[in-house]
Amino acid sequence: MNTQRSTLIFWLVFLGFLILIQALIGTGLLSNFWATLLKIGAVMSIVSIGLNLIYGFNGQFSLGQWGFYAIGAYTAADITYRWTQLHNASGLVVVLLVVLLVSLAFFLVAKIVSRLRGLDALSAFTLYLIGLLIAAILAVMVGKGLIAPITNILNLLPAEWAIQIVFFLAVILGGCIAAEISYIFGLPVLTLGSDYFGIATLGFTIIVKVLLDNSDTLLGFTEMKGARGMVGIPKLTSWIWVAVFLIAVLVVTRNLLHSSHGRAMISVREDEIAAKAMGINVAQQKTITFVLGSFFAGLAGALYAHVNGFLHPNTFNFIKSFDPMIIVVFGGLGSVSGTVVAAFTWALVLEGLLRLVLPQGFETWRFVVYPLLLLIMMLLRPQGLFGAFEFPYLRQVLPRPFQPRELHQPPSPADEPLNNGA
Amino acid sequence: MTTPSTAPTKALLEIKGLTKEFGGLKAVNNFDMDIYPGELVGLIGPNGAGKTTVFNLITGIYVPTAGVIRFRDTKLIGFQPHEITQMGIARTFQNIRLFPNLTVLDNVRIAYHIHAGYGMFDAIVHNKNYDRHEKALTERAQEFLSVFNMHTRQGEIAKNLPYGEQRRLEIARALAASPQLLLLDEPAAGMNPKEVVELMDLIHFIRERFNLTILLIEHQMRVVMGICERITVMDFGEVIARGTPEAIQNDEKVIEAYLGRGAAALSQRLREKRSHVA
Repeated sequence: MNTQRSTLIFWLVFLGFLILIQALIGTGLLSNFWATLLKIGAVMSIVSIGLNLIYGFNGQFSLGQWGFYAIGAYTAADITYRWTQLHNASGLVVVLLVVLLVSLAFFLVAKIVSRLRGLDALSAFTLYLIGLLIAAILAVMVGKGLIAPITNILNLLPAEWAIQIVFFLAVILGGCIAAEISYIFGLPVLTLGSDYFGIATLGFTIIVKVLLDNSDTLLGFTEMKGARGMVGIPKLTSWIWVAVFLIAVLVVTRNLLHSSHGRAMISVREDEIAAKAMGINVAQQKTITFVLGSFFAGLAGALYAHVNGFLHPNTFNFIKSFDPMIIVVFGGLGSVSGTVVAAFTWALVLEGLLRLVLPQGFETWRFVVYPLLLLIMMLLRPQGLFGAFEFPYLRQVLPRPFQPRELHQPPSPADEPLNNGA
Repeated sequence: MTTPSTAPTKALLEIKGLTKEFGGLKAVNNFDMDIYPGELVGLIGPNGAGKTTVFNLITGIYVPTAGVIRFRDTKLIGFQPHEITQMGIARTFQNIRLFPNLTVLDNVRIAYHIHAGYGMFDAIVHNKNYDRHEKALTERAQEFLSVFNMHTRQGEIAKNLPYGEQRRLEIARALAASPQLLLLDEPAAGMNPKEVVELMDLIHFIRERFNLTILLIEHQMRVVMGICERITVMDFGEVIARGTPEAIQNDEKVIEAYLGRGAAALSQRLREKRSHVA
């Protein structure tokens, strides 16, 4: 069948790309400079796919993506830093427990809130915040006892393996922390209209940046070194890792968008009132999308932290938060393929090629080129480079046209709902 | 059809003392209405009389200042719009609200979301459960479209459809949510006479086919008088008359509300003249 063939082609192209780049890096044909840019391109693809879900598919204009990217980066960096520099799994254990207990707390609070009908958003937010704090304190207390045994278990493995496992878990946990924070932040903020939501999320990005500037004093994480920048993070992000995460994000996004849940998500963008009238829980759809988008941002941040082994709060400045926005708009709102192409173009051409082509001292011209390109784009092709176009596997195929059967009355939908149980 | 006032069955929708204030303005004031299963009821009134506000109150978009709305003995007040749809009340909008950039098929499939039968996780991993339910859902949506003779247009983008087809799709989409009560907000607005006739046929058809109760807001007297069994007239947020189409046509208050006091007096004189002649 056609779908199966396009799926096969998609995977073959992906595997070919993965192996080709890996071979080029391995043989040294691709310089470190370009290898890093390819990794950055993949990382930017992941953040931007997350943003495209929120903005392009769900219609919520968010500038908070960069804040969640920062949270993911610092969380994961702290975990691997503690493993490599302090030789214990304290970061891993505590963050893992925080993630588990906080999700449990959110689950319990959600049960309570659904019982109390008509609770306003801010009161619900307060309940969630209390749950979050209790869970976090509990996690730290319980975690202290578990650090030593888990460190010992991980030390039983070969060091090479152990560090890769810690890294993998750190990336996932970076995403989870970003997702949990986005959930609690989204509760009151997602009830705002689209423009106000944009401003609130911009505020969030600024708060995160300021907190990171003072991470050693205000937050008490001395290893993050505040505005001096965090050093000593192991450079674990290989091309294979980013490619695997990128493909996972692509497949999850694609599968979700091709399902009823994806359609519900898109219906919110199309017309919120009509979506409500169709029985779709708009608030829930917005929250799910926002959390998933932030999860991707967290993953990307975690991967980014281990590319250069150095993190600085200035990377997470709100001005930079427009980068994923530019990529999404450039690639086409509502096109996953466009986002990936635009992200790689952004990394390879704007960050890479222009740096080489422009004479020494003229790199700053890049910041003239970005806005100009965006301006030209908006004038000539406001729907973005790809519009709503998707590559074969990512594209949704229309089902075969329906042939009405003769003398057969189709069952009436009013009589039998598809599924009575769920 | 049984005459509603003497019908022994319980009302499907029961509205009592419904009031909605926007600041100092009473958009709807002490509004009462009962709708019995299987009825086709019209709600008419001049512009700004509060008809659409009544719809928004029933569907939960607004919260009433006072009053009770009962649907099958459940109080609707305090429920979210999507919950009310899931209980079995669907609506269309005065200015068409389709999902404009989606295909005809997807417009209908979104209405089936509440019966999707698979969760987020099933969707992400595309497992057997997803395959089965998604296939069933799509086939049902296609069959459903074929009832409305739109299955050949499943891939078309909704906003590219001609106006009459958009109306038809909006009604189809509302019905896909499997309601018992359908609220139609000015379905004939902006239609040409041929499309109006088609619409009236469509309303008759869906009513029989899906065993529906319909509440209809309409401006075009031809539609209201042609298909409604019972009419409620509103003006300035209050009910000024109710009854059969014939009774409404001759009601002085209604004529006054629509055409002004002078016209009411004129029609009174005309009627007197006619009775003299007779």
